[in-house]
Amino acid sequence: MAAVTLLATEGLSRHFGGVKAVDGVDFALDRGEIRAIIGPNGAGKTTLVGMICGRIDPSRGRVRFEDRDITGLSAWARVQRGIAYTFQITSVFGGLTCFDNVALAAQRRVHGHRALDREVARLLGRVGLADRAGVVAGVLPYGHQRLLEIALGLALKPKLLILDEPTQGLSDAEIDHFCALIRDVAAEATVLLIEHNMAVVMELAQRITVMDNGRILAEGAPEEIRANPQVQEAYLGS
Amino acid sequence: MHTGTRRALLLHLAVLAGLFALQFVLPDYHHRNLARILVLASYAAGYNLLLGYTGLLSLGHAMLFAAGLYGAGLAVQLLGVNAASGFAIGVLSGLALAVAVGLVALRTSGVAFMIVTLMFSQAAFLTTLYFAAFTRGDEGFVLPEASRQYQIGSFFFDLSDPGTRYNFALLLFAACLMATFVLVRSPIGRVLVAIRENEQRTTMLGYHTFRYKLLALAASGAISGAAGAAYALLFSYVGSTFASIQYSILPLLWVLLGGVGTTLGPLIGTVLMFYLVDVISGYTSAYLLLVGVALVLLVLVFPKGILGTVRAKAAPWLP
Repeated sequence: MAAVTLLATEGLSRHFGGVKAVDGVDFALDRGEIRAIIGPNGAGKTTLVGMICGRIDPSRGRVRFEDRDITGLSAWARVQRGIAYTFQITSVFGGLTCFDNVALAAQRRVHGHRALDREVARLLGRVGLADRAGVVAGVLPYGHQRLLEIALGLALKPKLLILDEPTQGLSDAEIDHFCALIRDVAAEATVLLIEHNMAVVMELAQRITVMDNGRILAEGAPEEIRANPQVQEAYLGS
Repeated sequence: MHTGTRRALLLHLAVLAGLFALQFVLPDYHHRNLARILVLASYAAGYNLLLGYTGLLSLGHAMLFAAGLYGAGLAVQLLGVNAASGFAIGVLSGLALAVAVGLVALRTSGVAFMIVTLMFSQAAFLTTLYFAAFTRGDEGFVLPEASRQYQIGSFFFDLSDPGTRYNFALLLFAACLMATFVLVRSPIGRVLVAIRENEQRTTMLGYHTFRYKLLALAASGAISGAAGAAYALLFSYVGSTFASIQYSILPLLWVLLGGVGTTLGPLIGTVLMFYLVDVISGYTSAYLLLVGVALVLLVLVFPKGILGTVRAKAAPWLP
């Protein structure tokens, strides 16, 4: 089947003072793929996705989503168009119950008490937190908060789900569960993953983009990336 | 969750029924006090909507209370409209001022928001003094007796009659209480609480948070305006004291004492503070000092207030 471009950036740059965090990046994402972005700390990964989802304004360049220029849209408007972002540092609403957390994300598209109850129960069940609906999110163990964060992302029914270091701090068993979940999600949404855990990247990603010093260093299938000498030097080599 | 809602609803209705019954047993002095408290508690409920459920601390709510007070009072006094129209004008004045101020002040947050609202409110206070030809400034004015009598069909109301006054005050409070109860249990209320907890995250769930904050301020302004208008019409006095900083601090104090972010907290806080001031002012004229000390103590040692503590310890279903 022909790949359809879901998202594309053109010459996207962000400078912080003299530091070029992201420097003229042309990045394209096909509908339906699972893509991983890897790179050393400070490579500009989080800044790049920050500009894609609207949390950070670019210094230069454009972002196109579904063939529309969304560079001028604010973050909330991009979420409404189908770009969901889950945070690197878990930021579920700690004072609210799991139910309310997910309901917040779901209630813009699901209306009515009963329908919302059902939808929230379904989403919590999907990430394995079905029995935690009434629990205040702040007291959940870290791994469960990460899962809740993903439930929030799914509740938005996004076309593009951006996960910023989703497996950080998870146990091996939780990581297995997470990988299964993401493969499941990929059936209905495009997934963009920033990830340090190479085992997760190699298992999930269909294509990998390697960033270094604010630029794209290489892009390709996992085997190509693994074999790329430049990448080995910059990142994998150690 | 839903049994919690039912239980909370029953509690609210029981409180309202209790307040209705109280008028038949209270001695005159307390009867009069409670009518006043119910109006002030309505004001506190409006304040709580913004502070407790949206997380915005305003230091300028006196201007919204005063907008209702003067909106109703001046309309009755100068334009000769009847009490019901005066009330409607008061509510609209509070609402309109809240929206106008909000469009500017909500571009800030935290301490800046406190300062901007405080400045607007001081400007409003000085305005009431500047136009003393109409407002009679500090001294204020008393509404004519006839303006407080009102005929609807075959029903005749005299707002200077204690029984009528009490029941109108209770009606106002019931409306404000149930409106906040319904609002905070609605999807909109959930978004407001989310903004209080983490505004940035709320934005990333696709909500234009500015609109929701403006909505909360507008609702808070309408309720504060309603309380101000009711105060003018029920107690017949309109003066610039009600636009002073004191009336911005008092609702903060009532809400903190009763429990910030609880629907019934404002009532409890207002009752306690009203009687505390009442008792203390029998001994000394420095009751404002007490208000200040209470505020400091509350923030330092009792930040959740009475109902907030009860909710945390024993009754998580309290809205």
